Order: sequence, then C-alpha cells, then structure tokens
Amino acid sequence: MRALVLCLMLFASPALAVQPDEMLSDPVLEARARDISRDLRCPVCQGEAIDDSNAPISRDLRLLVRERLVAGDSDAEVVDYIVARYGEFVLFKPRASGTGLILWLAGPAMLLIGGGLAYAMTRRRARPEAELTEAEKARLAELMKE
Amino acid sequence: MIVELGHFALILAFAVALVQATLPLYGAAQRDARLMALAEPAALVQLILIAAAFGALTYAFVVSDFSLRLVTLNSHTDKPMLYKVAGVWGNHEGSLLLWVLSLALFGACAVWFGGNLPATLKARVLAVQGLIGAAFLAFLLFTSNPFLRLANPPMNGDDLNPLLQDPGLAFHPPFLYLGYVGLSMSFSFAVAALIEGRIDAAWARWVRPWTLAAWIFLTIGIALGSWWAYYELGWGGFWFWDPVENASFMPWLIAAALLHSAIVVEKRESLKAWTILLAIIAFGFSLTGTFIVRSGVITSVHSFANDPERGVFILMILAVFMGGALTLFAFRAGALEAKGMFSTISRESALLANNVLLAVASFVVFIGTIWPLVAEMLWAQKLSVGEPFFNAAFTPFMVLLALILPVGALMPWKRAEIGKAMRPLRGALALALALGLLAFALQTGRSALGPVGLALGAWVVLGALIDLWNRAGRGGLADKFARLGRLGRADWGKATAHSGLGVTIFAVAAMHAWAIEDIRVVNVGETFAVGRYEVLLKDATEVQGPNYTSTMAEMVVSRAGAEVVTLFPEKRVYPVQAMPTTEAAIDYGFARDLYLVIGDAQDSGGYAVRAYVKPFANWLWGGALMMAFGGMLSLTDRRYRLAAGARRAPAAQPAE
Repeated sequence: MRALVLCLMLFASPALAVQPDEMLSDPVLEARARDISRDLRCPVCQGEAIDDSNAPISRDLRLLVRERLVAGDSDAEVVDYIVARYGEFVLFKPRASGTGLILWLAGPAMLLIGGGLAYAMTRRRARPEAELTEAEKARLAELMKE
Repeated sequence: MIVELGHFALILAFAVALVQATLPLYGAAQRDARLMALAEPAALVQLILIAAAFGALTYAFVVSDFSLRLVTLNSHTDKPMLYKVAGVWGNHEGSLLLWVLSLALFGACAVWFGGNLPATLKARVLAVQGLIGAAFLAFLLFTSNPFLRLANPPMNGDDLNPLLQDPGLAFHPPFLYLGYVGLSMSFSFAVAALIEGRIDAAWARWVRPWTLAAWIFLTIGIALGSWWAYYELGWGGFWFWDPVENASFMPWLIAAALLHSAIVVEKRESLKAWTILLAIIAFGFSLTGTFIVRSGVITSVHSFANDPERGVFILMILAVFMGGALTLFAFRAGALEAKGMFSTISRESALLANNVLLAVASFVVFIGTIWPLVAEMLWAQKLSVGEPFFNAAFTPFMVLLALILPVGALMPWKRAEIGKAMRPLRGALALALALGLLAFALQTGRSALGPVGLALGAWVVLGALIDLWNRAGRGGLADKFARLGRLGRADWGKATAHSGLGVTIFAVAAMHAWAIEDIRVVNVGETFAVGRYEVLLKDATEVQGPNYTSTMAEMVVSRAGAEVVTLFPEKRVYPVQAMPTTEAAIDYGFARDLYLVIGDAQDSGGYAVRAYVKPFANWLWGGALMMAFGGMLSLTDRRYRLAAGARRAPAAQPAE
C-alpha cells in the first residue's frame, strides 16, 4: 500500500488519478475504460494501476485506452494494443498461457494435492505411540481434568 | 554516553543470546539440570539488555541527538513528540531493533508463563528462541547498526515523510512485529518438540496460546494498516495486494490454520506432524515477510533498505532456520504417529479442510508475490502480478472456506454425518439465501458479488450463533441462557471470531460491489448528486498549516434537502519535501462512509472533486476487531490460564 505513497512522492503535482477532463461522456464506455485501466499497471510506478496513478505516462495510457474504445475496439483489443506497445509488464493479471499457466494453476493444483493428501490421511491407520511415563500420565490427567 | 551504553548493551545481548542458544541445548541432551536452568536467566537478561538498547535509541530520538546517523536521517526537531518516538521504528535499523525486542519479550514470557513445562522442553524452546535472537542480533550489529555516530553532526535532521506522520502508521508496525515474532514461539516449540521426539495434547495446549497471541497481533496490525491506507491515501481503497501487505497476510493465514490444527492435536492427538509443519511454515512466512520488507527485493516504499548485503543476510537466516527445521522434521516426523483416528466426515476432517484451504490460499498469495521475481530469473520476463490476479485466484478458496465453516463447526469429533450437522443449520441456510436473493433483487445491473458476499457472510455469522445456541444444550429458554453465560470463553471466542470473519467477508464484498464513485469538476457554489446524497461545494480556501499550505474545501452534504454533514477535505503541500498529500474528509457511518477528496484547481475554473459513498466500510474493521477479540476471549479461556501455569495470559503482557 505504501507503494502508492512512493508514486505520490515521485510525481509531485496532481493529487488525483483519473482527472475529470479525461473522462468520456458516454457512461458505458467510461465504465469499460475504468475497468480496463484498473487492470493495467503504471509502467513507472511501484505496483500501481494506471487508474490510481498520478504519473504523466499513466494519464497518457488512460487517454489511449479511451481513444481505442471510442474507435470501437473491444476490451480485449484495447488491452492487446497496449500490451503490444508496453509489454506484458503492464498486465496486473498475467495471461493464463505459456509460463503464466503455472501461476494460474498453482493454487488449484495445490488444492488437489493437499486435498488428496488430507483424504489419504483420514484413511490411514494409526499405530500405537510411545507410552507416557506414569508420572506424565498423572500430570496430563490432572491438566485435562481442569 | 547513554547511546554508547545502549550500543554496548546490544552487543552484550548478542553474547548472551549465543549462550542461551547453545548451553541449554547441550544441557538438555546431557540431562544436565544446571545447564538447562541457564536458559531462564539468559532469556531475562537478554530482554533487559535489548530493552536498554531500545531505550537508549528512543532517548536519542527524543532529545534529537543528531550525532546519531539514524536520528539525523529520520527525525527533525519540529516533529511532534509522538512521531519522534514512532520514528524509532519508522526505519530499517530501528524496526529491526523493535523486532529483536519483541523476540526477547516473547522469550521472557516463555520463562514467566512456562512454569510447568518439562525442564528439557523448556530449555530447548528457550535455546531455539535464543538462536533466532542471536541470528537477528548479528544481522543488526553487522549490517544495520542503529548506533552509528556521525563525525559532523548537522544542525537539524531530515524530516520524516509527512504521509507517515500518522497515528495509524505509528502503531501499525509494532503490532505486526509482535505478530511476526510471536510465531517464533510456535516455531521454537515445534523444533523443541521435534528434538524431544514427542508431541502430545499438553504440547498443543502450551503452543496454542502463543500462536493465538501472535495471530491476534497480526490481525490488529493488518487492520490498522488497511484502515490507514483507507483514510490516508485518498481513494478509499483498503487492500492493495502490495508485496508488503502480502508479507503480513501470509503468516496470518498460516497462523489461522495452525490455531485450528493445534485444536485437533489438543483434543484428539491427531494431525501432529501436520501441525508441526504448519508451525515451521508460519515462522518461515514471517521470515520471508521480513526478507521481502527489509531486502528491497520486491521494490516498494516499505523497503527502507536497498542494500543487497542485508538481503543476503536475511536470506541466509531464512535458509538456515527453514532448512534446519525442515530437515529435523523429515527425520523426526515419522515418530509423531497419530493416536486418534477419525473418519472422512468428522470435525477433524473439517478442520483439516480448513487447514488445506488456508494453506493453499496462503500459497497463492506467496506465488503471486514472488512470481515477478521468478519470471525474471527463469525466463527474463518482466511481469506484474497485482490486485486483479489475487482477487480472481485467492477469493475462491475463501468462499469454499466460508461455505464449509458453519457445517464443520457443528460436526462431532471422530465420526459425523453431513446431514445431521446440517439439520440445525437449515434455518441459517434459508435465511442467508433469502438475504442474498433480496439484495440481488434490490440492486439493478450490478455484479453478483454483493449478494453472494451478503449470503456468505450471513451464513457464517448465523452458523456461529447457532453453534453457540446449540452449545447451551436442551431445555427451556431460561436454562439455555443460564448455560450460555456459563459457557467457556473458548466457545464465546470461537463464535465471536467466526462471526467477525462473516462480517469481514460481507464488508469486503459490499465495498467492492456497491461503492459509488463520482469524479468531476465542480465550481464553488455548485451542487452535484452522489447516490442518494447531494454535495455542495460551498467554498475553497487557502489555509496555512504549521509546516504545509493547504487548499481546504467546505462541502455540504445533504439528503432529500436535509443537511447531513459538512466536510472539509484538504489538499496539502509540504514545501520542505515538495510533496502534496490529500486529506480526505470522511463522514463515518454505520451503513456507509461518505468520502470526499478535493483535487487541483482547474484552468477552466472550479476544482477536480472525487466523491464516494462506501457502503459498510466500518464493518470491515469491525469484523477484523471481532476476530481479534474472539482470539482474546479464547486466549483467556480457563484451560490456557491453567496450562500456562501462570497468573496471567501472555497477551496481558504490555507490548513495550
């Protein structure tokens, strides 16, 4: 979160991200633009979306997104257009293809493995354990009684 | 002179930590009572020495001793006293000193409250604690010494960042550190138990309060940080999935898992190896968090240190402790056979499912956090992983967790039937679904997130209440209420913490789904509508603050003609740092916050203004506080007070 602070410090003048003069008059297009720009990273900030960023380049990107939307691009086309120019670095949600697939599948895969192990654990038989000494047993019983 | 004494005390503490780490361990192996007994005074002396060092550094900050490098860099004579003191830990060196101080405090608590621990276990726990202390004291002394002097002290210091001059931020790190470091106790108990080769119900009863205390501190620390971001950063976000936030969230998730699996060890003597592993991983994530924050490997402004030397040192500490503990685990885990068996449908299995889901969720956070690093190292790809990824990849596990929670909580140990456990919950299920549908019907054209969050939250809260009600047994209402009052604090703690989770789930969904945002240029005297409110920009004036100039707006919010509140959002500029900050004006409410931000004056006249209606914002932190309070109730349960063999529970110990 304090990464955002850094951006504030680096780009000292404006204190707001999306400026009123950037916004499109068509509310539907504007809503799409906001959705897209929330998923795009400001290329020079620390982990900030262009939607929140005060950097001049983020403003340029926000304007570019709206320009493409007005030109009739679909959301995916707008993102592709930006990625083609600024690289996958600007995507906050890496694509689920190629090596990105590992990232996306890591969670579900772990759930399957963990779930499988847990299921196996419930099926496993228990073996007798090293016995407690008499004194320890007494102490344990005393504790458990409380 | 006082500073030199502090420096000396710190070096002495390192020497004491080395003694504490080695001789008691050897003594425990040799059954030498004198060497084992050495651990206790060593732990206490270590606390006194580190507290002295911390006191000396605090003194230097309070009197603004600019011959100290650290004070020059992080303080200023004009700063209010609170922030001079908070400045002690608002930097790399000082925060590490706070880290070792918390560590020593927990070590001393183990002495004070560990009255009835077996001698060998106690000696080993304290020795492992001493080993961690020695590693971090070495790190402090050799790479990040806070007591370095300057040859030519300046007349005044370099101010602290004005954004960081905030009470929320002053108290956020100490809580997080107590949480991180508290997990070192669970780790020490786990390693000591592995060396002993035995884990039983009594062990779980000793280790659980420490985990609980650490988890409570983490909960409060995370909530404070999130609240700070909400009111200070000026766009009403509360969680950004920043690497540093993730660094505190991962141990929180694992600690939550550990809390639950320790119950199984305590009540059923099952899941032993798994619990030990969780204790090791929990501290591993604490160390990873420290590494992420302190090394600057994943750059963010939290990374006060950008020195690779420091990063490598912490990585070595991480490697040694995790490598050592996991190796030990690999050799000894086989000896930790489970005693209690349980069927696939049982309370044990439900808690196991809770553990798997929490661990996987925490793994997703982990891999998302380090993925840019991995991609760059392996494939030279520059990638970003941010909020949209985490929202998509993390949330499903939390949804699953919330779905099974009420059912699992009602299941009996050993063998259960889903149908039977569901029977008392049918009303809760129907009500939760009805609420969700109602919300869906009332909202138009919005995502399903809000209704789903409401239904899930209601399901968890109602489930917790029904659980509590069931525990009061059968009989008339009067009997049940009487029995409710006599229920153990652990039962109340469970219901409170689970309800807190439900409230938090609902609030997160509501904030995401139902927030209203309005950005526009407003002229003085103009009124605009936000949701059901009308906002009038009555005036905007230049105000001179003590060390800043401010544009302060006067905005009158009304609803259906009746004035609700007048708010004064500001945009400040601190000339020394040439840094603007927004001071959002917030009207906190039970069901909504009004959040107003004033921006730049426009060339065409008027001001850029952002206005938000944030639904149920207070519920978010309220839910987190409920979780923490539930933890405290559990911590003060009678069985832990007895098991600790102590007059007071560990959390009652002041946080320095």
